[in-house]
Amino acid sequence: MAHAIEVHGLQKSFGPARALAGLDLTVRTGEVHAYLGPNGAGKTTTLRILLGLLKADGGEARLLGGDPWRDATRLHRRLAYVPGDVTLWPNLSGGEIIDLLGRLRGGLDPGRRAALCERFALDPAKKAHAYSKGNRQKVALVAALASDAELLLLDEPTSGLDPIMEATFRDCVEDERRSGRTILLSSHILAEAEALSDRVSIIRDGRCVETGTLAELRHLTRTAVDAELAGPVSLDGVPGVHDLDVVGLRVRCQVDNEALNDVLRHLTEAGIRTVTCQPPTLEELFLRHYLAERDVAGASR
Amino acid sequence: MSGLAGAGVLARLALRRDRIMLPAWVYVVTALVAGTAWTFKKVYSPAGRVQLLVSAGHNPGLLFLYGRLYGTSVGALTAWRYGVWAAIFAAVMSIMLVIRHTRADEESGRLELIGAGVVGRQTPLTVALAVAGAADLVLAVLIAAALTVVGLPAAGAVALALAITTCSLAFACVAALAAQLTSGARTARGIALGALGLAYLLRAVGDSAGARGPSWLTWLSPLGWTELARPFTGDRWWALALPLALAVTAAVAAYTVTARRDYGAGLLPDRPGRPDGGRLLGDPFGLAWRLQWGTLTGWAAGFVFGCAAAGAAAKGVGALVGGSASVRHEFTRLGGQAGLTNAYLAAVMSIAGLAAAAYAVSAVLRLHSEEAAGLAEPVLATACGRIRWALSHVAMAVAGSGVLLVVAGVAAGLGYGLRAGNAGTEVASLTGAALAQWPAALAVAGATIVLFGAFPRAAMAGGWTMVSAAVLAVFFGPLLRLPQWVMDISPFTHVPKLPGATVHAAPLLWLTLAAAILAAAGLAALRQRDVG
Repeated sequence: MAHAIEVHGLQKSFGPARALAGLDLTVRTGEVHAYLGPNGAGKTTTLRILLGLLKADGGEARLLGGDPWRDATRLHRRLAYVPGDVTLWPNLSGGEIIDLLGRLRGGLDPGRRAALCERFALDPAKKAHAYSKGNRQKVALVAALASDAELLLLDEPTSGLDPIMEATFRDCVEDERRSGRTILLSSHILAEAEALSDRVSIIRDGRCVETGTLAELRHLTRTAVDAELAGPVSLDGVPGVHDLDVVGLRVRCQVDNEALNDVLRHLTEAGIRTVTCQPPTLEELFLRHYLAERDVAGASR
Repeated sequence: MSGLAGAGVLARLALRRDRIMLPAWVYVVTALVAGTAWTFKKVYSPAGRVQLLVSAGHNPGLLFLYGRLYGTSVGALTAWRYGVWAAIFAAVMSIMLVIRHTRADEESGRLELIGAGVVGRQTPLTVALAVAGAADLVLAVLIAAALTVVGLPAAGAVALALAITTCSLAFACVAALAAQLTSGARTARGIALGALGLAYLLRAVGDSAGARGPSWLTWLSPLGWTELARPFTGDRWWALALPLALAVTAAVAAYTVTARRDYGAGLLPDRPGRPDGGRLLGDPFGLAWRLQWGTLTGWAAGFVFGCAAAGAAAKGVGALVGGSASVRHEFTRLGGQAGLTNAYLAAVMSIAGLAAAAYAVSAVLRLHSEEAAGLAEPVLATACGRIRWALSHVAMAVAGSGVLLVVAGVAAGLGYGLRAGNAGTEVASLTGAALAQWPAALAVAGATIVLFGAFPRAAMAGGWTMVSAAVLAVFFGPLLRLPQWVMDISPFTHVPKLPGATVHAAPLLWLTLAAAILAAAGLAALRQRDVG
């Protein structure tokens, strides 16, 4: 099975509100796939459909080779889920909940459970209502990571964790990747996605707008060039140059990747003192996409 | 800093959230009292009322159920028959209202959002009490006005209205205190409702104890105070000071605790839990048991005390003085066919059946509250399917209501049998009588499952409306002379009035079958809908 998750043209509406409008998403077996999008883009709805909690209005979804709605119970033995908004039974202790969720899934490894509690500095004897948001999240993470599920669905798993725990989480994901598990990581923390993921899908308004490896996505976009030159240069009118900012002999601009060679030649001819060429971060990709969409939306108004 | 900043906004929010429940409740209580007065006026001749006084005045069963009857006027009869019960309904409204706007909001974290605004520390508590107080005030005005319109003396009407509503206000303040004691809304509600149950029991035992018994117990009960105010028979206005004093005391205690405790914390200390899941907590049924056993234990304790006391009061019902035709008729309408003791015990079993239905509905509705709180999602994301998850709580409803009815039968049997000297027979006969109620309770639970499966948004309101309707049909249907087809809608109409009646298996089997079909339909609907 090459693909752990295959989604084509998925549609879901809640009354008049359209959550998913023909979503496509493919997650390959064994990869860490970052699923990015702003609040309300439809990330959680996608995950809930994949879990068989919601019924899709249209389109197709396959999860681990099965139908997420019909085969929900059978498929759930092979996956673990961390919800974005972790609520726990207030009267149960964290340890009880971890064991309960593990047993409901078909058993968990007590050694790994203990090691993970240690790693995440989680006190399992505390009652759930005494946990902070971050600690509730840790309970769900330990329960998921201590299972031997082949697919992990993580919905914004670090939104309540402190930076140290976030680092611990990243280490854990690295370990899981090495052991061959597939991870779908929904997030809007781009640094996390950039550090962890093999491939990225960006969703907006219920539709997938970009998908691919980071390198592929970068290829489609621009590089930031910042140079100090020996003499003046005119880049006005050079194709592929954007946001040009010239102050004396310092030149800053955004360059389309296919025009990069051309632009650098212009700069070399003027004589380069220092130059940095920075490929776009995921954040820039993300912002560009969203700002552009918003501008379009704004203009059409 | 002002302790009451933001009160206006919060009060409007509270009224907005309760815009349906509150008027409905106020309307039902008013209609109940006024409708009763009107029926008494229409149905009973003055001579009939005298006979009722003579018999009810010496009948422990009636004394236990309703309280003491002080006079023969229509007003006195109304105050006797539904004074205490209207106070109970109003008090339940107050308790639900206050807990909903204090501890429930705090537990869910909503109050944190509100508390961070320009809102004083005491504001939510004050607003909850103010809304409850306003509801009680409106209720008082409406009851007094309605009774006057029916033609009762205005002073007595006001006294009865105030007796009912001051009692309700006192329980609002008791609920406010309970809300400060525990960190969970469910427990707080349990404490306040338990206090109400205790008040009923004290009054019931005190009223039915007779001259040599502990009749002073009535004086300890806020529900007893509603009788002691003697509306329409002397109007002892000073007795109204008792519930008001309780209200003030409880409110002061509640404010003192709020001022000292941390947000989210209760007064009762938090015990650490187990570091790992015990053997029981391994499947959805273990989880449902774990989540619900505390509530079930509370209900069972209430059933033990209530039914034992009610059973004990049955001794003496048979030796009724002045068993006039109208009294007998009145009895048989409420309960059974043969023998006044049996009729009384059948009425007790009927109440136990309604209470068991209420428990079963609350156990089924746990599914709804789990889903609403986002707690269904983690379970359903595991290898546990929807049906199994739903069945785990349904099993609590079915088994729990059965256990409660057995408890009711055994406790009432012991209470009556030990005094009458034939405990063995009575336990057996009353346990059977109690269990005859089971299919009806299950049918109401089954209808609630349909709501949960098909119309989850309406499940909570719908489930409790069905319970209330069944209660009203049993209590007030005969009195208000509802048409038979309306009565037939309630499953409890089809339950044999045991002990004393002949049992036909058919209605019980039909009810059980109906409950099973409803449950299956509800679960089938659950399979098809979105969850979470």
